[in-house]
Amino acid sequence: MKKIFVEVIVRYQADGTKIPLSIIWDNGREYIIDKVTDIKKAASLKVGGQGVRYKCRILGKETYLWLEANERWFVEGKS
Amino acid sequence: MSRTILHCDLNNFYASVECLYNPAIRDKAVAVCGSQSTRHGIVLAKNYIAKKCGVLTGEPAWQAKKKCPELVTVSPNYFLYLKFSNNAINIYKKYTDLIEPFGIDECWLDVTESTRLFGSGNDMAHKIKNEIKEELGVTASVGVSYNKIFAKLGSDMKKPDAVTKITMEDFKTYVWPLPIRELMYVGRSTEAKLKKVGIYTIGNLACTSPSFLIRQLGKWGETLWVFANGYDEMPVCKSDTEPLIKGIGNSLTTPRDLTCNEDVKILFYVLSESVALRLRKNNLKGKTVQITIKDSAMACVERQAKLDLHTFISTEIAEKANEIFKTSWNWSKNIRLLGVRVTDLVSADSYVQLSFYNDDKRVRSQLLEQSIDKIRARFGYYSVQRALLLKDASLKANPAEENVIHPLSYFGGSGTFHSKEYPHSSDVSPFLKKHGGNL
Repeated sequence: MKKIFVEVIVRYQADGTKIPLSIIWDNGREYIIDKVTDIKKAASLKVGGQGVRYKCRILGKETYLWLEANERWFVEGKS
Repeated sequence: MSRTILHCDLNNFYASVECLYNPAIRDKAVAVCGSQSTRHGIVLAKNYIAKKCGVLTGEPAWQAKKKCPELVTVSPNYFLYLKFSNNAINIYKKYTDLIEPFGIDECWLDVTESTRLFGSGNDMAHKIKNEIKEELGVTASVGVSYNKIFAKLGSDMKKPDAVTKITMEDFKTYVWPLPIRELMYVGRSTEAKLKKVGIYTIGNLACTSPSFLIRQLGKWGETLWVFANGYDEMPVCKSDTEPLIKGIGNSLTTPRDLTCNEDVKILFYVLSESVALRLRKNNLKGKTVQITIKDSAMACVERQAKLDLHTFISTEIAEKANEIFKTSWNWSKNIRLLGVRVTDLVSADSYVQLSFYNDDKRVRSQLLEQSIDKIRARFGYYSVQRALLLKDASLKANPAEENVIHPLSYFGGSGTFHSKEYPHSSDVSPFLKKHGGNL
């Protein structure tokens, strides 16, 4: 697996919480996040990284999206 | 009521963080080493695979590579480690406000009051350990006991990712058979002294009469006896109380051996500037100047002398250091490491005895150094430099900023001697003797 940094469209709520709305893949395709089901701090042992982990539902599938301390977003990509 | 104290130790801390960020090396022998080109190439931390090959913390990288040819060496990234260390402390803060860090990767937690909220010490230890694993991706071992010494021993007993409980009832079974060296503050020389009188285990020490130990080791004898019997009552200090600083120092392993008085003078100015800067930052002045010299054969000497007045002026510190050096070194060998340390500290704005003569000059140099601090804060450390330092650019350094991890003492205060070679300057702080072994 590969650590893939991605472009993300985010909504900032009034209390400062960040909710990712969609992920834009490097080929320009946009994937809408249907729902964020869980937000917690976690590490990714698969690709190596640590930060806030958003459990997202995209096209009916559960996937994880991480926000690192340096404000970059990444996903666990298939290599 | 007996206390509930946890000691959390992040296993192989530096190496674990490096392996987290680079999964490709996770299943290989990994050692975090200082830069070899600037001669800081010693092993700072290693993972379990490297440990199995016999790689030791503190040994030169080339020696480690000889033992384990497939060893992967990575450079340290202190800011990342500090971030992880802070994240771990944030997890501890969920359980108690009584957190006392001991180095970058260890903490004591007094959770006596929280047991009513979160369950027993053992339960909390498991929760904390699991949270660290999940949130930070590194493992921790936790010791649970009723005093700090046994809690620390507990965290060393089972590694990695484990909880060890030592109670008032069973400490004799678990702690007493351990070799004496495992006890905090028993270093190489204390171990030798104790072995000479037939004390090999912590139990042997606990059952010896304290007066005999005092005759052998001085007041330390009693302290160690207290530790071994579980009578230690040192409180866990709140995380927001700064330890009292007793001395400020910097040392530097130089990129090349120093061969003449001129080299030494340059380095003393580099070190003194950093020490003086840190004195001013902490609003302190010191009176005793101490120097450390390590020669190319690794033999180490320390010398000290007093200044006439308390100072935070780098020129005065450097000149004194130079003066001490000239009377104590005969150049039979070249020099590998130099250190400058200032002790006998007082608050910088305390009242001082004024002199009838040339005090003007001192006031002016104080103002000058404070102005230089301001310029450097705005335009960078190297924006203003002494002309002397231009003589040899290779000796130029900014120890005040390049070292961010300060050694600590169990008894509070003291340790602010920091060295470029060791993140925990073990040659200065004897109690850290085995501390470096489990970073």
